[in-house]
Amino acid sequence: MKDVTFKIDGSDVSVAEGTTLLEAAKSIGIQIPTLCHHQDVESAGVCRFCMVEVKKGNRTRLVASCVYPAEQGIEVQTDTEKINSVRKMILELLLPVAASGPIKALAKKYGIEKSRFEVAKEEQTHCTLCGICVRYCDQVTQEHVAGFVGRGVKRKVALMAEKGDQCVFCQKCYDLCHGGRFIEIAEGFPEIL
Amino acid sequence: MNKLTSVQDLNALRAKLVADRNAIKKSVSVCLGTGCRAYPSAAVADAFAEQVKKHGLEKDIVIRRTGCHGFCERGPMAMIFPEKICYFQIKVEDVPEIVERSLVNDEVVDRLLFEDEATGKRIAQQHEIPFYKLQNQIVLGNNILIDPKSIDDYIALGGYSALAKALSDMDPIGVLQEVKKADLRGRGGGGFPAGIKWETTRNAPGEPKYVIVNADEGDPGAYMDQAVLEGNPHSVLEGLILGAYAMGSTQGFVYVRQEYPQATQHIGIAIEEAKKYGLLGDKILGSDFNFEVMIHQGAGAFVSGESSALMTAIEGMVGEPRPKYVRTAVKGVYERPSNLNNVETWANVPLIINNGSDWFRSMGTDGSKGTKIFSLVGKVKYTGLVEVPMGLSLRQIIFDMGGGIRGGKKFKAVQTGGPSGGCIPEQYLDTPVDFDELSKMGSMMGSGGMIVMDENTCMVDVAKYFTSFLADESCGKCVPCREGLRQLKRILKKITDGNGEETDLQLIEELGGFMHDASLCALGQTATNPVMSTFKYFKDEYEAHVKDKKCPSCVCQALTTFYIDPEKCTACGMCFKQCPTDAILGDKKVVHIIEQEKCIKCGTCFNVCPTRFSAVVKIPGTTAPAPVPFGTKAKKSSKGDK
Repeated sequence: MKDVTFKIDGSDVSVAEGTTLLEAAKSIGIQIPTLCHHQDVESAGVCRFCMVEVKKGNRTRLVASCVYPAEQGIEVQTDTEKINSVRKMILELLLPVAASGPIKALAKKYGIEKSRFEVAKEEQTHCTLCGICVRYCDQVTQEHVAGFVGRGVKRKVALMAEKGDQCVFCQKCYDLCHGGRFIEIAEGFPEIL
Repeated sequence: MNKLTSVQDLNALRAKLVADRNAIKKSVSVCLGTGCRAYPSAAVADAFAEQVKKHGLEKDIVIRRTGCHGFCERGPMAMIFPEKICYFQIKVEDVPEIVERSLVNDEVVDRLLFEDEATGKRIAQQHEIPFYKLQNQIVLGNNILIDPKSIDDYIALGGYSALAKALSDMDPIGVLQEVKKADLRGRGGGGFPAGIKWETTRNAPGEPKYVIVNADEGDPGAYMDQAVLEGNPHSVLEGLILGAYAMGSTQGFVYVRQEYPQATQHIGIAIEEAKKYGLLGDKILGSDFNFEVMIHQGAGAFVSGESSALMTAIEGMVGEPRPKYVRTAVKGVYERPSNLNNVETWANVPLIINNGSDWFRSMGTDGSKGTKIFSLVGKVKYTGLVEVPMGLSLRQIIFDMGGGIRGGKKFKAVQTGGPSGGCIPEQYLDTPVDFDELSKMGSMMGSGGMIVMDENTCMVDVAKYFTSFLADESCGKCVPCREGLRQLKRILKKITDGNGEETDLQLIEELGGFMHDASLCALGQTATNPVMSTFKYFKDEYEAHVKDKKCPSCVCQALTTFYIDPEKCTACGMCFKQCPTDAILGDKKVVHIIEQEKCIKCGTCFNVCPTRFSAVVKIPGTTAPAPVPFGTKAKKSSKGDK
């Protein structure tokens, strides 16, 4: 496979064609923060936390680095004021929905004391809908127990109760969950498994 | 139905069909588009058939059940050929008279003609009616002449001659170049040049290549694609076949939304009939070109109109956009090169091949060629579909064709481009309508929705409506779109409920920029347009809601007060009797008073107050003038209204 050369934060990088910007950055020691990325499953590009600025020709735009393939000659910036404001906004939006430990810690790191947003009680699902559990259940364990139901603001992760017996042995989603949904379930209703 | 194995076969068939058609003395085209059907026009068509039979004229007069003619506000409508007399708002009882006078004899039924309000004159001919005068119906025009269920009707009018021309005189590159030269831009939303997209798919590696019709029209108030697919399905199909020939595709799809049963049925019949004639399948018209088409019915999701979501749905999965940064023209359905164009775009292709790119380029503006169909709806006098050359001004479309605002009210804004479009205020009414000009104003062409709003519309409420629509229709996959819309909806509700704070206005602005930059697909990126465009042009309304706690248009209930004008109240007692919370104090011959603390602002009193009195008024804000003391005698008497 062909190699492509481009710049990340001013440094030259050379990677195989098809490598994502996230992986390319990692290869030279630049860590781009992520929420919905997990090394064992395919990238979904849904949390938008890993967005970086890509300059191609005269045009600069924000792209999700976990799915954007490296291109010859582009210039990538991973830490600009604009990127920072996007990440802060994502955290501010997620905080009222899923105020779990990891999200709170990240928010603190980005200097957010309190989100300016609120949601109704029933919308506090403790889930960021990152979908790592769903993709892991589909792609790695291949049990297909976890899935998404609903659309728009009503979207949520659901488990297929009929397949619950498989979960007793796996429970991998508990370890993977950073939003706190599974932790909440485990604390509140340990008997469901 | 014999298979046509050569272009000569097709020409011979056409000659026969034209001769048959010319032998008919008279015909009636009754509109059976979805709009007219609601009236219902099917009964009118049946009445025509019955009456013609009664007169024993079945052999001489053809009753054609056609697709939409455009002037939906005046349906059900029919046109008499060859005189081309248009009758509007026909009732079943009118049919015997029409048949007797216009079909058996050659007279005109005056009372069913269009009446020009300005001059009081009756107009018989379609092209003289103001609604049609400025139109150039190159795509919609044939709707009135053909039965959409009959391929013979389409062929008689020159149908499939573009395909015959392409197969006999042009190579695939030639077809592609012609479309490219015509500067045909996608009619579905973005306005991307179709020829360039075709070229990308043609040159992309991978077989088979797919060509797809996007008939997932989901914008509130827009139905032009429905009218084309219902009224002239073969024109879309012929365009698709030509595209397949140009791009080297052997498999096509029509993605039609499940909410369009008639369109689905008609395109289904069209595909079956085209197959029987050998216009689809192997060795089309005796050439080496093979092509099949399948229908895929959507399951009711607005986001499925987005190209990657639509293609995911065709693969049998939930229709959600893909996060990949590879265009669907290169990797679409099953990761193969896939070309997606809108219904109207495809319907333009046979016209370009038949008449040449120069002809097409002769219509429109510098950047946008050809015509565009708009669905002109809302508070405009004449609603319906209009097909106009690009570059006409909004004023011409809304006032000259649409007859202006209903009920003598003032124009406030026009919303173009569907939920992802924006609201354009009065000062831009003279801007020519094309892809680039609308984008400059913060709106977009979209697929051609045009919702006209009058002075009684609250722009914050409009923004709330579209935001709620999008919050329901977003797939919910990515954080900016899902959470951003959740919060936008919440903030707008807060403002219209009278609880808005000044920081909310700043949040709206911040969210708008953020969602545009960070969302995964075009739905999320443009989802803030309704809010941002109203915010830009009607900021005073937002400020009135937030700072003054007033809804200037008296739409938002929490920020509106009902009040009875003591000068006008005749003590008729209508409001007193119907108020559900007994908030109105009243007695015989005594001015009625609303007790504000009991009022739930349901608007019943306003609605029931007879218009000749109009004593109940809406006042922006939360405070009403102090009421007159109870017992004040009414100045006027209602005379028997008790």
